[in-house]
Amino acid sequence: MARYVVKLPDIGEGTTEAEIVAWHVKPGQVIREDDPLVDIMTDKATVELPAPVAGTVVAINGKLGEKRPVGSELVVLDVAGEGNVAPVSPAPATPRPARPLTRPPPRAGHPLPASGEREGPASQAQEGEGQTAGANGPRPTGEGVRPQTVPRRADAKPLASPAVRRRAWDLGIALQFVPGTGPGGRTTRDDLDAYAAAPTAPAIATRAARDGVDEVPIVGLRRAIAEHLQLSTRHIPHFSYIEEVDVTALEELRAQLNATYPDREHLTLLPFLMRAIVNAAAAYPQVNARYDDEAGILHRHQGVHIGVATQTEGGLLAPVVRHAEALDLWQAAAELRRLAEAARAAKASRDELTGSTITVSSLGRLGGLAATPVINYPEVAIVGVNRIIERPVVLPGVRDGQIAIRKMMNLSSSFDHRIVDGWEAAAFIARVKQLLEQPAMLFIE
Amino acid sequence: MPETLRPHVLVVGGGPGGYVAAIRAGQLGLDTVLVEAGRLGGTCLIRGCIPSKALIHAADRFADMSDGKTLGIAIDGPPRLDLARTVAWKDGIVDRLSTGVAGLLTRAKVRVVAGWAKFTDAKSCTVETASGPLAVVAEHVILACGSEPVTLPGLPFGEKIISSTEALALGALPERLVVVGAGYIGLELGIAFKKLGAAVTVVEAADRILMRYDDALTRPVRRWLTRAGVDLHLGAKIAGLDGEGRLQVETASGSLALAADKILVTVGRRPLVEGWGLEEMALDMAGPFVKIDDQCRTAMRDVWAIGDLTGEPMLAHKAMAQGAMVAEIIAGQRRRFDPASVAAIVFSEPEIVVAGMLPGEAAAAGIEAAVSVFPFAASGRAMTLDAGAGGGFVRIVSQQGDQRILGIQAVGHQVAELAGEFAHALAMGAMLEDVAHTIHVHPTLGEAFGEAALLGLGHALHL
Repeated sequence: MARYVVKLPDIGEGTTEAEIVAWHVKPGQVIREDDPLVDIMTDKATVELPAPVAGTVVAINGKLGEKRPVGSELVVLDVAGEGNVAPVSPAPATPRPARPLTRPPPRAGHPLPASGEREGPASQAQEGEGQTAGANGPRPTGEGVRPQTVPRRADAKPLASPAVRRRAWDLGIALQFVPGTGPGGRTTRDDLDAYAAAPTAPAIATRAARDGVDEVPIVGLRRAIAEHLQLSTRHIPHFSYIEEVDVTALEELRAQLNATYPDREHLTLLPFLMRAIVNAAAAYPQVNARYDDEAGILHRHQGVHIGVATQTEGGLLAPVVRHAEALDLWQAAAELRRLAEAARAAKASRDELTGSTITVSSLGRLGGLAATPVINYPEVAIVGVNRIIERPVVLPGVRDGQIAIRKMMNLSSSFDHRIVDGWEAAAFIARVKQLLEQPAMLFIE
Repeated sequence: MPETLRPHVLVVGGGPGGYVAAIRAGQLGLDTVLVEAGRLGGTCLIRGCIPSKALIHAADRFADMSDGKTLGIAIDGPPRLDLARTVAWKDGIVDRLSTGVAGLLTRAKVRVVAGWAKFTDAKSCTVETASGPLAVVAEHVILACGSEPVTLPGLPFGEKIISSTEALALGALPERLVVVGAGYIGLELGIAFKKLGAAVTVVEAADRILMRYDDALTRPVRRWLTRAGVDLHLGAKIAGLDGEGRLQVETASGSLALAADKILVTVGRRPLVEGWGLEEMALDMAGPFVKIDDQCRTAMRDVWAIGDLTGEPMLAHKAMAQGAMVAEIIAGQRRRFDPASVAAIVFSEPEIVVAGMLPGEAAAAGIEAAVSVFPFAASGRAMTLDAGAGGGFVRIVSQQGDQRILGIQAVGHQVAELAGEFAHALAMGAMLEDVAHTIHVHPTLGEAFGEAALLGLGHALHL
C-alpha cells in the first residue's frame, strides 16, 4: 500500500484558488478510479474532481465553502501499488497540533537514522554527503527515493535561487507549486522548465476554454511606432492608388547585371525603384516633400532622401538612404544593406532613422496583392511594393490580341490628399511605371 | 503657463530608491525625469549611511591611537582631534558620491530637475525650480520621497537638540552628549562620539537597547558600552528640559537631570508624507506609510511607491531593489518584490548583522528551528584583530529536519562585511551543508560562518 495525494489542480490561467462546494467522499470510504471526489468552484466555473486512482480515502482537507489554493492537498488516498508520495504523507495544509519532527520521513539528501540505529550526528552528515551527490538532478515522481522535505507551509517561501525565481516570474509560474528535486526540496532550473513544459491539469479537461488575458505594456520602440502611426493617420487624409507594373524587362536586366558583376553589391529591385522615384520626383516635386501642417509650409526637398520601411525584432523602422539622387545602383544597394543591418542590430543612429522625404515599403516575398500603406509623417507620399508574380497578360498593341506570361508587380502607394491631387499622384506613378517597364529610361537623365 | 514636461516616468526623490529607479528606467529606454529638491543621493548618501560610516571610521582610528598598549604601540601624549577637518573629509566623500550619481543619471539619459515637486493630481506636479515653475505630467509616477527624523514633544530640533543630520556636521566635539533613543542610529553615533572622546549618556524608553534584536545578539554591545563608560538609562521617560537646559529624565530609580552640550534625538524615522501633495493623489495608506502591494503599486494605477515611504525596514538597499524592480515592471517585465531576506547591519561596537529570521521569529512562525552559535573567541582571525574577547559570535537559525537556513546573525568586531555572504546564502536557499562544505578562507572571520554550519550538523571542528 502507498499513499496518493490528490491536490487542487491548476484549473486555468489566472486561477489561484477554488472554493470547495461539495464533498463526495469521506474518510474510510473505498473508491474506484474516476469516482467523483469533490466539487470545486472558481469564479469561472464549478468542476467535479474525479479520483485519478482507486483506493481508500484516508483524509479529506478543507471544509465546505472554504477557499483552497491551487496545489493544496485535498484528498489523501491509500492505494495499491505506487503512490505519489513517500510512505509518510506530508502534513496537510490545515493546521494541526505540532507533529513531532524528531523523525521526519527518510530522504535521500538527509537520511535520519531509524530507531535502534541512531548514530552520532557526525556520521549522519557523512552519510548525507555521500548520497547528496547522487540526488542531484531531477528524478521522476513516484520513484520513492525522491527527497521528501519537511512540508512546506502555505506561506513559506519556495526554496530557489534568485535566478530561478526570476525565471519563474518571467514564465508567470508560482514557484510554490513547482516540485523541487534539489537538496532539501530546492527548486532547480530543470524543475522549473519541466513544470513549465508539462501540460496542466489533465485530470479536469484537456480542452477547457481559456479566459486569461495577457497584459502587454506597449513601451519602447513599439510605443514610438504606435504614436507615430497614430499621428500620421490622425493628421493626414490618405488616399491610396494601386497600379500594376510589368517588370519582365527589369527583372531580365537585374539578372543580367548581377550575373555580369558578381563582385559588386547584389542588386534587389529596390535600387531600381529608388532610381525611378528620383527621376519621377524631378517632374513632380510635391511628392518628395515634408509638410509642416502647423506652420502651413510644404518643404520641397531638392535631394531625395528615401526612407525604407524595415522590419526589425523590435518592430518597424525606416532607415533613410540619403541623397538617393547622387547614388548609382550599386551604391544605393550597398547603402540599403548597411542601413538594414544597422537597424536590425539596433545600431542605427538617430540621424540614420530620421529626415526622409519619401518612403518606400516592401514586404519582400510576402508582398501581397495590394496594400494601403500609411504615410511616414510628415512626408506626403509612400510607395509600396507588392509581390512579383507571373501572370498571363494581354499584350498591348498587338493586332487581334496575344497573351503572354509576364512578370507583374503592383505598386501600392498612398498620398497626402491635402498636398497631392489625385491626378498628380496618378501621373507620378505612371512615370515610375514607365521607367520600370522600360528600364533603359532609368539611365537617361 | 509654465513649461510642461511629459515624460513616460517621473521619479520623485533622488535618494537610493529614486535614483536607482531612474537609472534603471533610463537604461530600459523609458523617457525619465527625476525631481530632487536637495542633493542627489538622498538621506543615505548626504546625511545617513555614508557620512555616518565615515565618522565612525574616523572614530575607530582615533580610538585605536588612544589605546594601543596591549599591542605594544605607544604614542607620546594623547592624540588630538580636529572634528572640523574630519567633517570636511567626510564632506569630500559625500561630494564625490553625489556627483557620481549625477553622472550615472546623465549616462542613463535621465533628465534631473532640481526643485520641490508638488502634486496637483496623481500624475501631475509642479516643480519650483530656480528658473521658475515647471509642470511635469507623467504616465508613471514613482514616489521615492523617503523619511525624516522623528521629533519628541518638548524637544524640538534646534541649536542644542539635534538630529542625526546635525550630528554628522558638527564643527566641534560636544563635551557631553546625551543620546535619546538606543536604536541603531543612536548607538552608532553615540559610540562614535564616545570613541572621539565625548562623555556620552544614552537614554532609552524601553528596557533594552536595539529593541528589534534579541538579548544574546545585543549583549556584546551592552558590554562594550559598560566597559567604555557610556551611561545607559533604560526604561527612562523624557520629561523635557529644565530651566538650566538639562534633560529631565524619569527612571524607575528616580528622576535625573542630565547636563548636556548637545542632545541627539534618535527615536526613529517617519515617512515624509507632507508638503508634496500626497493628499491630492487619493492613495491608500498603511498606517503612516503609503500602502503598496508586492510590486510596489499604490492604490492609483501607474503610481508606484518605494523605499522609506512604504514601510519598514527603512534601508537603502531595500529601496534600491524596489526602485530597479519598478522600472523593470514599467518596461514590461514581470517582477515581484519577494526577497529571501533584507539583511541589516548595526555599525555599533561591536557590529551586528541580521539576515533572515531571528530564533524568536522562527518560533513565533511555528517553525521548529535549530540554532547553532559559533563564538569568535574560537576564531584565530578574531584574535589577531584583538576582537576575540568581545563576546561576538555567528549564529545560524535552521529548520529542523531539512536543515534549510532560515536566518543568520553575527555580532562582533568588523562583522559588517559578512552581511553579503549571509544574504547570498539565504537568497540561494542554502542548507547547513551548503555552507559547511563551502571552503571558507583562513584566516578570516567568515570561517565562523562555516563552523556555525558544521556545528548545526553536529560536528564543529574548532569548538
